Amino acid sequence: MVDHSQNNHDCCDHHSAHHELEIKGLCVSYKGLMALDHVSLATSCGNRLALVGPNGAGKSTLLKAIAGLVKRSCGTIHWRGTSVKKWSREFAYLPQREEIDWNFPVTVRGLAEMGRYPHTGMFKKFSKADAEVVDNAIESLELENLQHKQIRELSGGQQQRAFLARAISQEAHVLLLDEPFTGLDPNASELLSKLIHKLSSQGRLIMASHHDMNTVKDIFNQTLMIKQQVVNFGDTAELVNPQKIKELFST
Amino acid sequence: MRELYQFILENFFFQQALIAGAVIGFSNGFFSGFVNLRKQSLSVSALSHTMLPGIALAIWITGELTQLNAFLGAIFAALLVGIGSLLVSRNSRVPQGTALAILYTSTFAAGVAALPFLPVKTELEHWLFGNILTVSQADLYTVFIVGGLTLVLSTLFMRPLILTLFEANVAAAQGVPTRAMQYLSVLMLILMLVSSLQSVGCALSVGLLVAPAAIMLFYTNNTTALFWGGGIIGATASVSGILLSGVIEQLSPGPSILMILGTLFILSFIFSPLYGLLSLKKKMKHSH
Repeated sequence: MVDHSQNNHDCCDHHSAHHELEIKGLCVSYKGLMALDHVSLATSCGNRLALVGPNGAGKSTLLKAIAGLVKRSCGTIHWRGTSVKKWSREFAYLPQREEIDWNFPVTVRGLAEMGRYPHTGMFKKFSKADAEVVDNAIESLELENLQHKQIRELSGGQQQRAFLARAISQEAHVLLLDEPFTGLDPNASELLSKLIHKLSSQGRLIMASHHDMNTVKDIFNQTLMIKQQVVNFGDTAELVNPQKIKELFST
Repeated sequence: MRELYQFILENFFFQQALIAGAVIGFSNGFFSGFVNLRKQSLSVSALSHTMLPGIALAIWITGELTQLNAFLGAIFAALLVGIGSLLVSRNSRVPQGTALAILYTSTFAAGVAALPFLPVKTELEHWLFGNILTVSQADLYTVFIVGGLTLVLSTLFMRPLILTLFEANVAAAQGVPTRAMQYLSVLMLILMLVSSLQSVGCALSVGLLVAPAAIMLFYTNNTTALFWGGGIIGATASVSGILLSGVIEQLSPGPSILMILGTLFILSFIFSPLYGLLSLKKKMKHSH
């Protein structure tokens, strides 16, 4: 197998070759307004990529467009060299808190089982192998003791982990997280950050919108500064400094 | 007790009513799971009242009342009022709920006004509150077919239906045909409403399509239990309601079924060990 990645593959330990996500000229328009204007970027598995920008900059829209939740008006998305037309079972999207019906009668385990849909489809029986995948997902997010709780009964951090468990049981390689750290207390944030590091080191690509500029360096190794268009894209360590942040958030 | 037993044994119509009531109660109760998860009890209420003018119109055009007529008329009126309310709200400052309330009550009124002119002899009270005691053999077959069809369809498509109800967007990105699932659930909803017409009438049918699973929500977080439990509650309440009306002569079965469901709902709200008022109060005390 040809190693077509330029950099050494030391960011994750799951595969001999990098899995690339390549987005070219992506546009999304809402009622004639450009929410995303020709966004292009390339990243690969093992990375933790932060989407940073002011309110309404299109962070959420970019995540949804990649996941296939909103229609793109132009542009292409390639994952592992294959074009993603509408949606891919290897992508999983985690919605913002306020978009979820927390009273829905579903337990943590039930939620994780929903992640199996792309594999079981409408009619295929839920097999032992499926149950095992769900078990592993719940275990890897440290939710064993909470798996029979209804989702409203969890704390904010536990709720984020429950939705991550759904993504993991979907066996998704690209996790698209919409403001996962919003409303979490410091302890929960730290635990979630640790889990995100673990998931990416296992070879997943994590993309998350993020608004706390103090923690972005600790959690994410790459950063995309966005304001409808790409403002800056690169390593967090090099990119995120007070000057650049000020520029990004000034109107 | 013995007298009632004797009465049931000897009265063929009453037996038929009990069977039809149980089937209608079960299928409506089962389907009430979807209505509760969609949180659309109010639009269901609008839809059920809209059936009356729809069916009246169907009778007026065809000159007779059959289940198929009733179904087509109900769908037509439901679509008209539903789409009408959308059109009004999109082209004015009137919210959709307001438009829906006005359109459905006024078409309902038109239906009530039209009834005396129709070539079928059915009393207004039966349309509004049901007349299960006069259920015919043919009606019974229809009830079996419609109820069975809804049960089979919703069990078959349970997985994609639930995903669509929970997060339609995310489900679509997982490959669930969410649009088809939404159409399917509306179709089944109208089937259920038409089938419950005979049992509880169009004024009360929304109760049978909401209460059973709403009661179950006090006891469970398991969607399977929500649906099957709702079915059992719907069937039990229907059978007990009809029996009660057999004991108390002045009591009609439709209202009797709904009063039983209402009582169960209030009792569960207070006493359920999981989410009842008393147990929540107790939990609050413990956490302090």
